[in-house]
Amino acid sequence: MTVKEPSMLKQKEMIARNYDRLTRAPQHGEKVVSTFVPGNLNELLLCFDVVSNLPEINALQNGMRKKTGNYILEAEKLGHSEDVCTYVKADVGMMAKGNLAPNGEPLPSPDLLLLSYTGCFTFMKWFELLREQYDCETVMLHVPYAGDGVITENMRSYVVKQIREVVIPALERISGKKFDIDRLREHLAESARAEDDLVRVLESARHRPSPIDAWFGGVYYIGPIFTAFRGTPDATEYYRLLRAEIEERVALGQGPITPDGEMGEQRYRLVVEGPPNWTHFREFWKLFYDEGAVVVASTYTKVGGLYDDGFRHDPSKPLETLADYCMGCYTNRNLPQRVDLLEKYMRDYDADGLLINSIKSCNSFSAGQLLMMRELEKRTGKPAAFIETDLVDPRYFSPANVKNRLDSYFQMIEQKRRNRPTAA
Amino acid sequence: MTTTAEITRRCLALYEDLDFASVRAWKAAAPGRKVVGYMPVYVPREIVHAAGMLPVGILGGGDGLEVIHGDAYYQSYICRIPRSTIELGVTGRVDFLDGMLFPSTCDVIRNLSGMWKIMFPKAYVRYFDVPQNYVDAIGGSYYAHELAELREGLERLGEVRITDDALRASIAIYNENRRFVQAVYDLRAREPWRAPATEVYLLMRAGMVLPVEEHSALLREYLDAAAREERPRRDNARVVVTGAFCEQPPLNLIKSIELSGCYVVDDDFMLVSRWLQGDVPLDGDPLEQLALAFLHRSVSTAMRYEPTQAEKGRFLIDSVRRTGAEGVVFAAPSFCDPALLERPMLHSALQRAGIPFTSFKYAENAGQMQPIREQAGTFADSIKLWSAP
Repeated sequence: MTVKEPSMLKQKEMIARNYDRLTRAPQHGEKVVSTFVPGNLNELLLCFDVVSNLPEINALQNGMRKKTGNYILEAEKLGHSEDVCTYVKADVGMMAKGNLAPNGEPLPSPDLLLLSYTGCFTFMKWFELLREQYDCETVMLHVPYAGDGVITENMRSYVVKQIREVVIPALERISGKKFDIDRLREHLAESARAEDDLVRVLESARHRPSPIDAWFGGVYYIGPIFTAFRGTPDATEYYRLLRAEIEERVALGQGPITPDGEMGEQRYRLVVEGPPNWTHFREFWKLFYDEGAVVVASTYTKVGGLYDDGFRHDPSKPLETLADYCMGCYTNRNLPQRVDLLEKYMRDYDADGLLINSIKSCNSFSAGQLLMMRELEKRTGKPAAFIETDLVDPRYFSPANVKNRLDSYFQMIEQKRRNRPTAA
Repeated sequence: MTTTAEITRRCLALYEDLDFASVRAWKAAAPGRKVVGYMPVYVPREIVHAAGMLPVGILGGGDGLEVIHGDAYYQSYICRIPRSTIELGVTGRVDFLDGMLFPSTCDVIRNLSGMWKIMFPKAYVRYFDVPQNYVDAIGGSYYAHELAELREGLERLGEVRITDDALRASIAIYNENRRFVQAVYDLRAREPWRAPATEVYLLMRAGMVLPVEEHSALLREYLDAAAREERPRRDNARVVVTGAFCEQPPLNLIKSIELSGCYVVDDDFMLVSRWLQGDVPLDGDPLEQLALAFLHRSVSTAMRYEPTQAEKGRFLIDSVRRTGAEGVVFAAPSFCDPALLERPMLHSALQRAGIPFTSFKYAENAGQMQPIREQAGTFADSIKLWSAP
């Protein structure tokens, strides 16, 4: 039987409570803001007591519940191309099929679409499509891409101006509440506390055995901080609990908890680039832990904030820190930066190799990954492998193909090990 | 007197030359000359020109390039233009490029900027961001700074100073070019039999490789020749082609649309030539004027955020009304996120406006045109049979 640790129970309760709050928002007179995960302004939204709805989270929740296959077909029937992002189509299809939240109740129409354009062009079109459906106020927060690998003062000032002059007035208008910068500072300080603990959790994978799986388990760990909870005492408490649990596992020399219980021998330590597949999440994970493969670092867990390179939300510069957060998210970094980060992970976490899960839907992640793979093989001398799945379209998850590739990959790692010169 | 056929032949030769001999000749004509490439959809070519450099549009390899290396860099579900652009790069066909600009068109072009940095570390490579906020003091101020950064980057590359006067002179030259481009489009909208879509396409395509002054002269010659020549007028349906603003359709596809009974009276093939609508003023700070023109007088296309729902599709509908088009052909490259995500919204807008449309996808190297011809032909027939007043 799967062990449920206190942090797991806490997160489950937080998510259920948030969906209940969201679906009952109209009855309670609360305003709803739809926004995206990467570059979200959760601390700011908290200042206005609005409830946030995150379409990507709805899509992945529906993916895990095996509902997205039908939703995507529905969107394609409505004229959406088979070529485009399946998160978008899962969302459009969900709306067409009654717009039900995971708790079975209808999702309310948003009062504001807050488009945080961080690291993904598709977000812009997605919100235009949602605007057409909901016909509500839309605010665009354009976050410049770090094309040269740096955040310039011009970029920062542009984002800050938009937050100050466009986003905050819209939130004031929608919520009827005046912006209180001191309240924002409090939430930012709360975020920083949780971020400290999250980093300690992620870095625990340097241990052998790794007490966590930094991808399959990691996506649960990032749940609260990437979504509606960053900046709340709930999130701080969740990460305090989680860190204590992980530290205990380190002390006991235990590995991560998988859906089939505690993981056994760890034979392969991998760094993973790219998002996971949600429609066959458990089946997918099993292909790894059955073979003793544990993920020690992943880039997907940095898509809603990259904290292990030192960034923390800083209450002393409230708007600037929001801008830096938005621009520092993983997919807003240029390709050379992404390669550097992966190389660092491979060295810092003493990985046996790199695995890229290339997502059919997500050009932001996927375009360029084959070059990244070559570059990393060249720089680290460690084997890399490439598998292809999708986020929420079950048509693009082929277990046999994935298994074949993983099996070959693990053999390649073994081969490398055998060929490694031994010390005299 | 030059004929349209002669001009078209010259443009076709430029189009088919994937070794860019004309660009190489320009570069070799004087020591120290620099060439800066740019990808679709929009970059301010005026600044490159003001640096004394030649801006060259890199629009992939079309159907004339066998992609061998490029496919190894991309998964099957990514469009064609980045892989053929990589092919051009690794095979040395664009080794004359001293710099390369990657506009914020989509995530694929965006990531290609990073790939180019890794693969061609000696080149000046810039991801060129444009604002999605159109308030002067916010997006305008940001964009003016970005333009200034581009100017500084080019100054370093060319070891030149780009003065305000040089910028104004370049803006004036591009203003003239935009007027000629518009004149060709106006002629085609008015009398499409005088300026067939393939000819107009090749003319505009020549503007991607020729120095702007030469291109303007060519456009003038074409306008003169087209006005002189009598050509048969057909009972074709008048259509606007949209969705092809980045990866370009093969020339045969444009021909096929025409042969199937359509006059193309507007398109979005190479928007860089028409992105800024009207002249950019020559007074004041030239970068600020370019920024303001971008904010307030840009074309509307999928890569640009539309701040209000009411405006969505209006630009396309206006184009249909202005050119007297009878329908719209959505021709989008396979796997093109911007065009394909935009399409359902434009479909809705056209439906509300009672404008018929048809949609298909293509790849730059597509060879089989029969399905396109059948679809466009059926569309043209349906317009003629059922949409007539």
